[in-house]
Amino acid sequence: MNKFIFTLVIISGLLIGSMVSTPILAKTIHSERSLYRNILVEENKGLRCLKFNVRSSKTQQSCMLVDDPQRLVFNYTKMLFSSLLINPNPERILIIGLGGGTMSNTLHQIYPKATITNVEIDPAVIKVARNYFSFFENDHITAVAQDGRIFIKRESIKKQQYDWIILDAFNGDYIPEHLMTQEFLQEVKNLLSENGVLAANTFSVSRLYNYESATYKSVFGDFFNVKNNNNSNRIILASAKPLPNNDEIASRALALRASLLPFNVDIIEISRQMLSTATTQDWPKNSPVLTDQYSPANLLNLKD
Amino acid sequence: MTKINNNNSPWQNPLIYLLAFSSGFCIMSIELLGGRILAPFFGSSVHIWGSIITVFMLSLSLGYLAGGKLSTKNASLNRYGLIFICAGITVLPVAFSSQWIMEAIFLAIEDTRYGSLLASMALFFVPTVILGMISPYSVRLLVTDKDKSGQVAGFLYFVSTLGSALGTIITSFYLVLLFEVNDIIMVCSTVLILLGVSAMVFNRVNQQKQGRDSNVLNQQGTAHE
Repeated sequence: MNKFIFTLVIISGLLIGSMVSTPILAKTIHSERSLYRNILVEENKGLRCLKFNVRSSKTQQSCMLVDDPQRLVFNYTKMLFSSLLINPNPERILIIGLGGGTMSNTLHQIYPKATITNVEIDPAVIKVARNYFSFFENDHITAVAQDGRIFIKRESIKKQQYDWIILDAFNGDYIPEHLMTQEFLQEVKNLLSENGVLAANTFSVSRLYNYESATYKSVFGDFFNVKNNNNSNRIILASAKPLPNNDEIASRALALRASLLPFNVDIIEISRQMLSTATTQDWPKNSPVLTDQYSPANLLNLKD
Repeated sequence: MTKINNNNSPWQNPLIYLLAFSSGFCIMSIELLGGRILAPFFGSSVHIWGSIITVFMLSLSLGYLAGGKLSTKNASLNRYGLIFICAGITVLPVAFSSQWIMEAIFLAIEDTRYGSLLASMALFFVPTVILGMISPYSVRLLVTDKDKSGQVAGFLYFVSTLGSALGTIITSFYLVLLFEVNDIIMVCSTVLILLGVSAMVFNRVNQQKQGRDSNVLNQQGTAHE
């Protein structure tokens, strides 16, 4: 019996894996050219994906199982939940970079009372999220079409605070360089509430990895790297407060486990992928910091 | 002011072309960095480039007009050098005052289109008008023969636009990787000022030399009488 279940788990795992990684048979159900990019919506075996620019698996922004929209498909979206181990009760959530809006939808189900503000530079992406990915807005959820940096600057002037800021404006292709700098991160930090946490989903490789790490450290001090060996991205978890210790994390993970399982998020597993830079600093100490004056992020990210 | 005559040093025209090349280089280098400078306050959307390019084109067009007009009265290498020095000085606020200027505009104007347009105006209008004056003024200094005026103008545009192309690619491919934005702006400013000064020094040395030559000529003339 156990063996049977084991086989079943393997097979279903492979199935989902193949759905994410083989876009060859995918059917394009929507495509448009917006001011910023080409937007494609593809569907394959019940998995619907939002893509920017080219038809490669690398540029998938957001995916949703058509029959099970609340099930999170991407590992990185699951890894973002590690933020809850730093702040388990976010009431004001800010998401920079909407994608398909699946994160917003899921977070609303978990925290129906939380206000969720989505900021997306491209109005066309907001429309596609509404039409193809069941993204919805209500009294608690809003979507603003604006450059993330400007939104954060204006919120800072209004003295707004957020408990959880998710920075998901990066993809594998192009990096908005003004969202990488020390000045920007300082502006983000100003928006964090006392227990606030920043989760940045980043794709930096080669030299940029070192520069980016040094920049985050210069603003927040030590932070968590959340990495999963299968992915090229990492989640940077930073907080204005000192990081919680292992025991605190373990007990919070235990408390959250049950409420996150329906969303396909195994928080215990994720908590094991968190590595504090206080113990493991995986970049050279003398790495330069990115600033508004010096931020050639896309050039630094070229593979040597 | 001495008028331009045919007794110029053979080095004068190459010097003018070098200056025109450098001004083309600096214009595009600064324009390209403009996107970088505005991004923290106005984002990096397509309308930021709309603002920057509009302001540069507008300023250059007015600069051409002003430079052409200025060249009709007492055109000299001395004044030509002064234009470069003015351009170099007026570029400096882009490095030193941009923060508070952009902050004030950011607070006053909610719409990033008009915010970025106004900020581009505030930062780039004056230096770019002055840089625009250089092309027509160069033509005035270079042309001695009506028949060749088109050829001279063509070669001048070739040189200065080539400078612009190189300024664009070198800045965007390499300089931003090596230096801070303000450092590059400062270098542009310094280069413009130094070139302006060198044009003035060249003019003075040349005049003294000509003065000596004509004295010698006059003396020889009187000796023959």
